[in-house]
Amino acid sequence: MTRHVVIVGAGHAGVQLVDGLRSNGHSGPITLIGDEEEYPYHRPLLSKEFLGHQASPEMLPLRSPTFFDDLAVEYRAGARVVSLAPDRQLVTLHNGAEVPYDDLVLATGSTPRELAFEMPQPEGVHLLRTAAQARLIRHDLEQAREVVVVGAGFVGLEVAALVRSRGINVTVLEQGDQVLARALTDQMGKFLLDAHRQAGVSIHLAESVAELLSQDGRVTGVRSTSGLTYPADLVVVGIGASPDTRLAAQAGLSVDGGVMVDDLLRSSDRHIWAIGDCASFARPGVVGGRLRLESVQNATDQAAALAKTLTGEPTRYSAVPWFWSVQGQLRLQIAGLSAGADLTVVRGEPDSSRFSIYCFRSGQLVAVESMNSPRDHVIARGLLSGGVRLDPCDLARIDLDLKSLSRLNPPDKAESTTRPHELSGDL
Amino acid sequence: MAKIQFQHEDGSLSVVDVADGTSVMRAAIQNGVPGIVGECGGQAMCATCHIYVHVDYLDRLPPIGVDEEEMLECTAAPKDDQRSRLGCQIAISEALDGLTVDVPTRQV
Repeated sequence: MTRHVVIVGAGHAGVQLVDGLRSNGHSGPITLIGDEEEYPYHRPLLSKEFLGHQASPEMLPLRSPTFFDDLAVEYRAGARVVSLAPDRQLVTLHNGAEVPYDDLVLATGSTPRELAFEMPQPEGVHLLRTAAQARLIRHDLEQAREVVVVGAGFVGLEVAALVRSRGINVTVLEQGDQVLARALTDQMGKFLLDAHRQAGVSIHLAESVAELLSQDGRVTGVRSTSGLTYPADLVVVGIGASPDTRLAAQAGLSVDGGVMVDDLLRSSDRHIWAIGDCASFARPGVVGGRLRLESVQNATDQAAALAKTLTGEPTRYSAVPWFWSVQGQLRLQIAGLSAGADLTVVRGEPDSSRFSIYCFRSGQLVAVESMNSPRDHVIARGLLSGGVRLDPCDLARIDLDLKSLSRLNPPDKAESTTRPHELSGDL
Repeated sequence: MAKIQFQHEDGSLSVVDVADGTSVMRAAIQNGVPGIVGECGGQAMCATCHIYVHVDYLDRLPPIGVDEEEMLECTAAPKDDQRSRLGCQIAISEALDGLTVDVPTRQV
């Protein structure tokens, strides 16, 4: 509890860890190192309200201006860690300063993927990861008439919906044959595709960027792989992100598309931990035995678990993942992970855009995707974290009271097997 | 500007002055009032800005929306059918000057 904890990365995970360490009684020094000058901020707002007319600086900060002083935490802003020496237990900053640690936590997040074109790209082409990038986009939106968004992932669709709500033409180019293909069931993806199109967003599937067109150094359009030209005076690129594992890799830690940690969030070095987007963590029961999640929930829950571990209460990270995305009027919430689902059941009123998709794998509920149905989502989190046994057939009953089910204790070990029936509903 | 009073379980009181339009959640975060989290940044998606509004102010509050109502099922501390609200959905105004709320024991 008196050890010096150094945290690399001042995003959601890093800041929550600072909070958790002090509230769990850690009295030793804490140093938080962030590579942005800006005060730590809410990242999800950057692709939503922060791009809108009502955006204000006050919406961003994660804590109060005196948070670090109040907690006696050293916050080094605008400081980039360039190397990590596990044997000497220190990190080196870009200015040559060395920061020794007793425990080091990597909360370095992920970095956005870029279009694979030679630099420099024309003006008006933006990634969206940082608040600074969001401000550039918002500035360009003032004058924009035609926006092209590359990538129909969460960032792409949220931005597209926001741009449309500002009355600006927007086209989304997606290289796959579905939106949010990695994250959602086909059914929810199809629903979103149709809903966005109805709202006036053009979405073109199986389209990638072949060339950025420009004049006088400013973007004028995008030529796609199918040969079409889409005019654009602003291009927002949302094609995914990769975990920032540079320090870990260079220092010889185990890395596999994430800094590899066990379920206590400890890396291959016993004094180094990793949390948030950058961490590939052990999770029993999932295919491959490991997960890496890019979400606020994962960042903050891992930080909370690690705070306990570092203050003498080893805590295995086992939280059920959950996620939200607000795309215009479409409020999507996901509990659990739907990868590998072999059966889905739809409940609700798809016609009024309020419904949930229950995803099963080998007869077990693994995820629930909810559209404009917070109640379903909340209950789903209870069902999943309680390990409640749910028969897909039961979901067909109109009178099923899922909320009461979600309060049941986990089932006994001895159970009859249940054969799942084909119950996929139409949307 | 208007005043919000946050009553804590240990008997202490945090009093903050905020500009009109600021949500109760943001007022707490900006001023370092303990016990209000606001993990989702004010989008009614996480239920960690849960507050119990003092009965005297209930009729001055903006009406509770469907989404807020449903997310209140998610709070870590017990829901009070009358007084529970999400702080991010209540914007301060002169009409709410002096708004007093109890901060729940836990948000997560």
